[in-house]
Amino acid sequence: MNTAVFVVGMGAISGIGNNVAECLAALTNGGMGIDKIKHLPTNHSELLPSAEVKLSNYDLSVISGLSPSISRTAMLSMIAAQEAWDDADIKHIPGLRTGFVSASTAGGIDKTENFAVDFLTDTRKGKLRDVINHDSGSITNIVADKLGIKHHISTVSTACSSSANAIIYGARLIKHNIVDVVVAGGTDSLNRFTLNGFNTLMVLDEQLCKPFDENRKGLNLGEGAGYLVLTSARVVSLLKKAPYCALSGYFNANDAYHQTSTSPNGDGPYRAMSGALAAAGLQPEDIDYINLHGTGTQNNDISEGAAIERLFQSHYPKMSSTKSFTGHTLGASAGIEAVFSTLAIQHGVVFSNLRLQKPMTAFSFAPETVLSRSPDIRNVLSNSIGFGGNCSSLVFSKV
Amino acid sequence: MKAYISSAITISPQKTFKNPLFLDEVEVYTDNRLTCIEPDYSEAIDPRLIRRMSRIIKMSVASALACLKEAAVAIPDAIVTGTAYGCLEDTSVFLSNMIEYSEEPITPTAFVQSTHNTIGAQVALLIKCRQYNNTFVSGGASFENALLDAMMLLAENDNSNVLVGGMDEITDMSHIVLSRMGLYKRKPASNLDLFKTASKGTINGEGAAFFLLANKPSSRDLACVDAVTTFYKPTDITETANYIKTFLTTRAINCSDIDLLITGNNGDTKNDEIYAQIQTSVLADIPSVNYKHLCGEYPTSTAFAVWLGSNIIKNNAIPDALNFKPISKSKINKVLIYNHYQNTYHSLILLSSC
Amino acid sequence: MDKLIADLKEQIAAQLKIKNIEPSDIGDDEPLFGDNLGLDSLDVLELIVLLKQNYKLKVSNAEDGPKVFQSVRTMAEFITANQTQNV
Repeated sequence: MNTAVFVVGMGAISGIGNNVAECLAALTNGGMGIDKIKHLPTNHSELLPSAEVKLSNYDLSVISGLSPSISRTAMLSMIAAQEAWDDADIKHIPGLRTGFVSASTAGGIDKTENFAVDFLTDTRKGKLRDVINHDSGSITNIVADKLGIKHHISTVSTACSSSANAIIYGARLIKHNIVDVVVAGGTDSLNRFTLNGFNTLMVLDEQLCKPFDENRKGLNLGEGAGYLVLTSARVVSLLKKAPYCALSGYFNANDAYHQTSTSPNGDGPYRAMSGALAAAGLQPEDIDYINLHGTGTQNNDISEGAAIERLFQSHYPKMSSTKSFTGHTLGASAGIEAVFSTLAIQHGVVFSNLRLQKPMTAFSFAPETVLSRSPDIRNVLSNSIGFGGNCSSLVFSKV
Repeated sequence: MKAYISSAITISPQKTFKNPLFLDEVEVYTDNRLTCIEPDYSEAIDPRLIRRMSRIIKMSVASALACLKEAAVAIPDAIVTGTAYGCLEDTSVFLSNMIEYSEEPITPTAFVQSTHNTIGAQVALLIKCRQYNNTFVSGGASFENALLDAMMLLAENDNSNVLVGGMDEITDMSHIVLSRMGLYKRKPASNLDLFKTASKGTINGEGAAFFLLANKPSSRDLACVDAVTTFYKPTDITETANYIKTFLTTRAINCSDIDLLITGNNGDTKNDEIYAQIQTSVLADIPSVNYKHLCGEYPTSTAFAVWLGSNIIKNNAIPDALNFKPISKSKINKVLIYNHYQNTYHSLILLSSC
Repeated sequence: MDKLIADLKEQIAAQLKIKNIEPSDIGDDEPLFGDNLGLDSLDVLELIVLLKQNYKLKVSNAEDGPKVFQSVRTMAEFITANQTQNV
């Protein structure tokens, strides 16, 4: 059961790029994706900056090969999962049992919103095709069918840590010899339900978000999808190219403090990070870069920061929140950030934390304000923290 | 890897909660919507904490807490839930408010509670369970994935236990929408007659069921979960039959070893044809019962089936509610649950006496 | 003021779905966020919407919440002060 799990493919689409190469280019040249809302019809388009994928539903349907009437969540998932699957270049190997584990917080609700407008006036109204893929599981099925994957299909939904848990579950399916290969990650599209939901919580910054800044005002939402292809050492030996890195450790813990806020001392994030380090057999000083959850809300950054201070003490690694580029992509965020963590190892690069002017005074560390390169990024820790106290950390290691 | 079921609790359209009798009487429904029989929650949940909880959250949290109490476990090592639709009522409430108020500021509680992992999170919060917490929303395989996750956790961690649950609720909106999709019978008769006439459509159901699974036996175990597997969109009946055959042969199980088959027949002609074909081929000559006349059809109904199967094993008796013809075997040792939800997700769950 | 306080108690109990306590049993000066009522940060947001929908008053910053929502009386005082200003 202690089979190592390797990353052999990756795919991402976000507000900063429609594929991994574009995302990497934006991350390295400071190309930020947060702007006025252009594609989602909402009253908040001028007021709440968000990081939309810079493509209309029609454009996405052309690229994904899905019908334009399908949920945007499915199209984003399709594009990133296909990229990851092609990148792995693995399907020519006969007899592999392949799984698809996808995560989403809101599934096809972007279409349900349209349905509900008509339905609420008359329950006989509303196009059924707009509500048939409401549940996140249906979105996963659409993409699995198009990828031609059917051995194990699964959908995870644990709020903002969803796709970290999808990656963990996918890795465990490999370790338990249930599948040989798994495409794992998550997807979410910007929609009115979520945008208004976060707005009622008064956690959206009306300016550009400033994660881990003393004067941070909240988060900006984003959208996108990110997937890894994971497999075992046995399958890696059959591949033409070397794996990008290993998923060397992971851990999920619950903060059990409040439904929507994390404890000020960061108990949950602390246990997720220390559990993931222990699983990887690493010490805090072995970590070279932390891809922070770093949403930019008062609560998240205090809680996550407190946990980092406790765990790393004087051995602070470099760290940054790439949500300052992509916004908070919710159920997709850990998938996208798993791709970014892999890129950090592959290219020996630590991304910057944009717009950080005054680091939080509560802590004796500060995220990176400029991009840096180091050939030896060996271990990267990626954090995700969601509603319901759901905290997950992943560790990626150079092989 | 065996998982010991040390307690099983369900709130369902039958009188199953806090009822020492095992389906001794059947609740009759003449509509195509079966509704859970809910208890008085004031004993089960602190009234100050219950105020934000929608129906599915109350049913689930009450079942989960009762399940832990029954198993004499204060804090489990993990909580895993499966729900296809999640907290639908809260979703509808927030969506309707948002549309009604044209995106003007509205109250956040329904949004917060609509998150799919709310139930697992609420249970964790109530009992201060800081361990692993996961939620699957895999349509008709949501509960099966939760169960598989639990089984993997038990294999990974010595001497541990997992609280695992499956739940879905019917809301007025979902019932209308799913009815418009043609899922339910136009002219429903009594749920007791669900399998008597061949017609299109089934009856809508709901429920919440929780189990405390452990990797070590205890004196209170009802049964064991030996295995769970799912398969997805088989191209034809041969692929389905082959999958089931492989499931049995890799575990060295003959049909004659299985004392009872619980099938997911739901009264819809097209849906039930698959079971008929399987029961005349790969699962031939196994005594079988149906369960969806008791709980209705919904994506996580297999959680009810596991509750049913484990109680059948524990009591070594099949309640009359299942219309079962008596069999010669004196001991029910192995029960196989075979279900498919709209021929998309199929699942096999094997239970045995401990 | 007494009428406003009584109205507010009814509205708070309904909005926050407080079922175990009669609205009239909420003390005028009783801390809303004490152990008795068991309210939390999410309730602050609910009360902000209550003030907006019922009294057309805006508490623009969630951090101002604790001051305004100390008790039913401080809420009533906030409403009285701000509505008068508007006239």
